Amino acid sequence: MSLPLIVFFACGVTAVLGAVLLIVAREPIHSALSLILVMVSLAVLYLLLGAEFIAAVQIIVYAGAIMVLFVFVIMLLNAGVEERTNLSKMAKYAGVPLGFFLLLEIAHWFWRSAVGARIANGSGTVNASAVSTRDLSMQLFQQYLFPFEATSILILIAILGAVVLAKRGE
Amino acid sequence: MDFIAQHAVLVVSLVKIVILLLVVMTALAYLTWFERKVVAHIQSRWGPYYVGAHGLLQPLADGMKFLFKEDVTPPASDRLLYVLAPFLAFSLALTTLALIPFGPPTIQILGQPVFVIANSNIGLLFLFAITSIGVYGVALAGWSSNSKYPLLGGLRSSAQMVSYEVSLTLSVVGVLLLANSFSFNGIIESQSPNIGHWHVWKQIVGFLCYITAAIAETNRVPFDLPEAETELVAGFHTEYSSFKFAMFFMAEYANMITVSCLATILFFGGWLSPFPESWTWQLYLPGVGLLLIALYCAYDTIAHMRGIARIQLAVVALLALIAGASCLIPAVMPVIQGPFWFITKVGLFLFLYVWIRGTLPRFRYDQLMSFGWKLLLPVSLVNLLVTALLIVVVKR
Amino acid sequence: MSVPISYYLVLSAILFGLGVIAFVFKRNIITIFMAIELMLNAVNLAFVAFAHAWNQLDGLVFVFFVIVVAAAEAAVGLAIVITIAQNRRSLNVEDVNLLKF
Repeated sequence: MSLPLIVFFACGVTAVLGAVLLIVAREPIHSALSLILVMVSLAVLYLLLGAEFIAAVQIIVYAGAIMVLFVFVIMLLNAGVEERTNLSKMAKYAGVPLGFFLLLEIAHWFWRSAVGARIANGSGTVNASAVSTRDLSMQLFQQYLFPFEATSILILIAILGAVVLAKRGE
Repeated sequence: MDFIAQHAVLVVSLVKIVILLLVVMTALAYLTWFERKVVAHIQSRWGPYYVGAHGLLQPLADGMKFLFKEDVTPPASDRLLYVLAPFLAFSLALTTLALIPFGPPTIQILGQPVFVIANSNIGLLFLFAITSIGVYGVALAGWSSNSKYPLLGGLRSSAQMVSYEVSLTLSVVGVLLLANSFSFNGIIESQSPNIGHWHVWKQIVGFLCYITAAIAETNRVPFDLPEAETELVAGFHTEYSSFKFAMFFMAEYANMITVSCLATILFFGGWLSPFPESWTWQLYLPGVGLLLIALYCAYDTIAHMRGIARIQLAVVALLALIAGASCLIPAVMPVIQGPFWFITKVGLFLFLYVWIRGTLPRFRYDQLMSFGWKLLLPVSLVNLLVTALLIVVVKR
Repeated sequence: MSVPISYYLVLSAILFGLGVIAFVFKRNIITIFMAIELMLNAVNLAFVAFAHAWNQLDGLVFVFFVIVVAAAEAAVGLAIVITIAQNRRSLNVEDVNLLKF
């Protein structure tokens, strides 16, 4: 039971717990908080995988900006307790276990299949060193320059769209 | 002893954490005393004077008051979030202090650096990550109190924090370009050997943007409209009392300390001394400074104080004397240099914070937001562009 | 012994599945949005795991782009949600049924 394995299981259990809480919670604000818990535990897993810059970006952008936006909208709209669905109870009692077994089966076949074996036998556990930010930024600004510029235009369009939608509400 | 040698990282880290917690809690308490004294003197009055000599026991009295006050919880509040918010704010404010180096990493015990708890090579990025989660403490406090003023104050305060966070991180990128590293030690190393190489001279615009954004980020005057008494009762911590309110209070001061530490590391050379290494008389400065404080306290004891205040001040003078004498021991002298300069610079920044609080009036909320987005953000961006261009041109 | 990559992939599959369940069974628009973000996070974990396994940085660059695009999408999506909530006076996704046959 080495330390990376313990940390992986702790963060993995926390992430799955957060996802289950997101489904089970009755108020949207509790769902938002459990999603933040998932994101922070995923950031720790990224650190374990050596991607330290991505872990920091995950917390700064995802947990610290996108989820703040979600929390603001929940507070502004005063979203209260969720109503009961009008659909049949069969959907809940049969659907959730079936969905769960589906994903367990996908995970099982992922584990057993050729892809999993090749990865596990190949270079699965080598390279404990972290990826330096300098290498990542070299890739980003040299090989992926066009997607980078296109994404910045995408963000500009998103800002314009959000401003137009907000103004029309008045 | 064998256990300690095998698990040196764990044991040394635990000891460092305990010491840092004790020092930071004391510093927080006496920062409130310092602020009240300085603001009082700016306003031509004395400040705390009666509780202990020169009001030095005032933080103790305040702490006991907070502990013994009645804890009132609003009835319709969301219990989990109501209790979570102050704990979140306070623990995040203290976590950032684990990343900050108080002295050079070459001074080690059992192979572990003494003056920094978490020596990470993307320390700066992690510090910003932790600060960006601090927004939730404020927002959840406002929401969970289930009342008008806290909700408005919480929303305004968190919107302000999110807006100024962008300018804060952008104003720092110029320093990163100059230092070529994300780690605090790398940034400090690029500012050696003396005052001429500090980043503040090359990045003066960045420094001013950083200070403005930092004051807004920590919700201090002149950007503290969401929690000002004359505006929204008390903003997001209206419905909090006793210990939970004390936690918000301490979280705000801890954020102030973190931001000041960051300013010294990024722009003023961190634990480096401003004088060149060859001036060996600077090794005596910590001891001499403490002995001067001891002398002043002793003079005050004899000349002005009466009764129990006399005994208290005599104790303070004695402690300063012991500290000053121990700083003059030859084995301790080179070790204490780093922390001494760091603490001096952080103290000067905290004095700047309190000075600004005592002198400037408040911004209105819409003025605050338009200042952040329409003035500070473009200035930070232009600073970044100009810095990058100059670096490319100079390197050719 | 370090952690085999298949563990990370299984965790990613579990999180993705839970995101799908949340997306199908919840009634509040904002919660459905959060389920989408959960699915994106699960996919990010798979990308980072592969980038570590095959020692290539392309996976990390892709994660960076996924995070940025998710931010843009969340901004516009939540603006739309606010407009819908003000018009229909309800956050239940079953009440947005004007185009229903």
